[in-house]
Amino acid sequence: MSIYDKYETIIGLEVHTQLLTKSKAYSNDAAEYGALPNTLVSPVTLGHPGTLPRANKRVIEFGVRLGLALQCTIRERNEYARKNYFYADLPKGYQITQDKTPICTNGLVVIKDDNGNDKTIRIQRIHMEEDAGKSIHDQDPTDTLVDLNRAGVPLLEIVTEPDIRSADEAYRYLTEIRKLVRYLDICDGNMEEGSLRCDANISVRLKGDEKFGRRVEVKNMNSISNVKRAIEHEITRLVDIVDAGGTVDQETRSFEALTGTTFSLRSKEAANDYRYFPEPDLLPVIVSQQYVEEVRKKMPPLPHELFRKYTDALGLSGYDAGVLTDTKEVALYFEDVLHHSKNAKAAANWVMGPVKSFLNERALHVSQFPVSAERLAALIDLVEGNKVSFAMAAQRIFPALIESPAKTPLQLAEEMNLVQESNEDALLDLIRQAVAKYPEKVTEYRAGKKGVHGLFMGEVMKLSKGKADPKIANQLLTKVLDEQ
Amino acid sequence: MKIYLSLADIQRDLGSGELSCEALVKSYLERIAANEHLNAFREVFSESALAKASEVDQKRSAGKAGKLAGMVIALKDNICYKGHKVAVSSKILEGFISVFSSTVVERLLAEDAIIIGRTNCDEFAMGSSNENSAFGNVANPHDIKRVPGGSSGGSTAAVAANLCLAALGTDTGGSIRQPASFCGVAGLKPTYGRVSRWGIIAYASSFDQVGPITHTIEDMAAILEVISGMDEYDATLSSKPVPAYSKQLEVTGKKRIAYLEDCLNKDGLDPEIKQHVLGFVEKLRAEGHTVEPVSFPYLDYLVPTYYVLTTAEASSNLSRYDGVHYGYRSKNAYDLESTYKKSRSEGFGPEVQRRIMLGTFVLSAGYYDAYYSKGQKVRRLLRDKTQAILDNYDFILLPTTPGTAFEFGANSADPIKMYLEDIFTVQANLTGMPAISIPTGKHSNGLPFGIQLMGRRFEEGELLAMSKHLLAAR
Repeated sequence: MSIYDKYETIIGLEVHTQLLTKSKAYSNDAAEYGALPNTLVSPVTLGHPGTLPRANKRVIEFGVRLGLALQCTIRERNEYARKNYFYADLPKGYQITQDKTPICTNGLVVIKDDNGNDKTIRIQRIHMEEDAGKSIHDQDPTDTLVDLNRAGVPLLEIVTEPDIRSADEAYRYLTEIRKLVRYLDICDGNMEEGSLRCDANISVRLKGDEKFGRRVEVKNMNSISNVKRAIEHEITRLVDIVDAGGTVDQETRSFEALTGTTFSLRSKEAANDYRYFPEPDLLPVIVSQQYVEEVRKKMPPLPHELFRKYTDALGLSGYDAGVLTDTKEVALYFEDVLHHSKNAKAAANWVMGPVKSFLNERALHVSQFPVSAERLAALIDLVEGNKVSFAMAAQRIFPALIESPAKTPLQLAEEMNLVQESNEDALLDLIRQAVAKYPEKVTEYRAGKKGVHGLFMGEVMKLSKGKADPKIANQLLTKVLDEQ
Repeated sequence: MKIYLSLADIQRDLGSGELSCEALVKSYLERIAANEHLNAFREVFSESALAKASEVDQKRSAGKAGKLAGMVIALKDNICYKGHKVAVSSKILEGFISVFSSTVVERLLAEDAIIIGRTNCDEFAMGSSNENSAFGNVANPHDIKRVPGGSSGGSTAAVAANLCLAALGTDTGGSIRQPASFCGVAGLKPTYGRVSRWGIIAYASSFDQVGPITHTIEDMAAILEVISGMDEYDATLSSKPVPAYSKQLEVTGKKRIAYLEDCLNKDGLDPEIKQHVLGFVEKLRAEGHTVEPVSFPYLDYLVPTYYVLTTAEASSNLSRYDGVHYGYRSKNAYDLESTYKKSRSEGFGPEVQRRIMLGTFVLSAGYYDAYYSKGQKVRRLLRDKTQAILDNYDFILLPTTPGTAFEFGANSADPIKMYLEDIFTVQANLTGMPAISIPTGKHSNGLPFGIQLMGRRFEEGELLAMSKHLLAAR
């Protein structure tokens, strides 16, 4: 047994989601990514003397949406607080945030643990705050450059209880959170651009111990994989220290993606006293039960709800349900197809098969897919109704439909002369022709060489120019061969 | 040119053609130049004031002038006016020019007031004598060896010396009323949430209010009704409609007035001021109003609570002056931390530094509950107790200040003694109530002093009507 197996890892994550609001949290400035530096800066963002904050109401709405999705308790009376510290990218010298009254508390997210079982990660709190500007240390040889476009952009910070036990669980938790904020349309979830950021609090203890070990906080991981890498590295580092009888320094560390290691940023002793106190420039915001219900009514379907519906009610596999709910757009397209077709399994196969391959080949987004859910449903129903074969539908009609999305699949099938022959008299006629053509094979069949059945089927399909309904033709052929 | 003490007089002479705004502004500019020794102004806006004067003259001839046409007004140096310097008499805002106008300035200009300059004050509005300005003391026009009071000392001195008709000040703990009392003019602190703080450089956000300083109650009413009311930029404003204060300046019916016995019996209250207040008690009773003594045994808690809470807010509000983005930056700085430390140590004066440190202390981990949190609780109690009095009475009558204007340096050695100057004024700021100092008194030492009237929240109309009555009865 390796020393690492003797220890248990305790992880709590703090996720900052940058919100997709048009304007900033406490001013009219546009909240956009990628504008020229310091162009989205009014006197409020610059912290000019005499300026005052104004709360952006969308931030509250987004907070409630996220809180409902994570099954949180939504707070009625929301106070804002100031967090005081000095930094060059914080022009006011304080951040407006929430301290004692976070908008959401006591939520949960269900993920899979390392054994594939459901595991609940408790959400301690979600609070509203504003982002700081961006300090850029690597573009000038001597100076740090500051871009204040990001200063004041609204954030929701999601804090878990220390319920996560492995780097993989952290990975799955973050994947779930990212999926969720994208479903909710509150954050684009882009970790590379920093619109989703994660700090990890990590400690280790001997398995069976009650007491938590000393924890370290790790920052600056710009992808979900890097969060996993950073945690893996920290686990090894912490266990090595503890197992050798050493003491872990309570500190903040930064992840270095190039080497996959972490280095110390600051120790606990150097930590700021943020001197939180209620923000006197903003009145508390009251979030009424009625408001919460209004937001609830406008909630989009959530991935875990759709997953449950697909697996429980529609009988899809967990894998299929996972693929279909991975992004909101695909899930909504699939939902739309279901709205027009009762053939859920076939619909799932179509969306995951031909539709996804087409999009992947052309690197398109599902929103750019030309075929409406209604038309795709009609095509699915043609196949399921034996009007056309799956092969013809997938190889011929589907591409034609993409070219001419205005036409119905039936129109196209008729134009292309692909409607299957399922009339039994007509099929029997063709079958008899085929059987008559190879009398010696009929003898072989009757002598027990059932394999020649395929030869007759091929001949029937040939005679029907591929339009014979294979299922019916198959049954009729067997009947004819057995009769004679 | 003759000296005007009211907007009505100015507008009458403007109407008769005897006077133009341009001539009026020029005469004020001459008076300011002749009274430079008072050090009341930090900067005179000659150019923009004369430009506005000629604009208003043109509007008048077209019959389109706003209701404050002819009002020549000064701004305390903490009120932002686009394109003009503003520095709250601090070195730390050296060279700073505001890129936007405060709501009060926008509203004054929209009604054709003429802004003549910015007035000296205590640095960051912290002080009761104007001795904390980084740009020298303001002299009291009644005795230049004495302070004008503070922090709006430049504004009250300017009005008292007729360097402008009116001025705006800000009042966080008495900063309009105390200097108004010392300079013999009227000064109002409106209800918290009545006047927009957008563009007012913050000292203590939950206390600060802008208010007018005038000779007459009519002018005060005229200014107040222009600057008050909702504005989308200040979230702490009340949506209550603004009454036409200037049209309801008569006391109607018999009033109930409380006076605080504890105030009148306070050690250090000048006996002449006490007698003066009691004189009004008798006068009002004689007129048939009910005037009764009320107990308010919390006086000793007012000033400490005020200083715990205002310094806490100030320590945060003043963090933005860090030498990084604008204003003063130390030439001795060599990195980010030294930029902060040196710029702030060199840029802020001693009283501002004292209050930043005090505020930082009361908010710090381990002391928050003992100071800030307790201060908030005491504030709530004081508000409830004051409200309870005002549930039963229309007004509370009390002195504005314990004494008359003191000599320069008299309180400088002892900050606590200086802080106790605010003992009668901080109650209104702690509780959010409107309060006014009315220039009714003349001390045997030759100096003026005021009496103070506190009213119910958002009942400035009642307060102004009673003030006009008291001023006429002095």
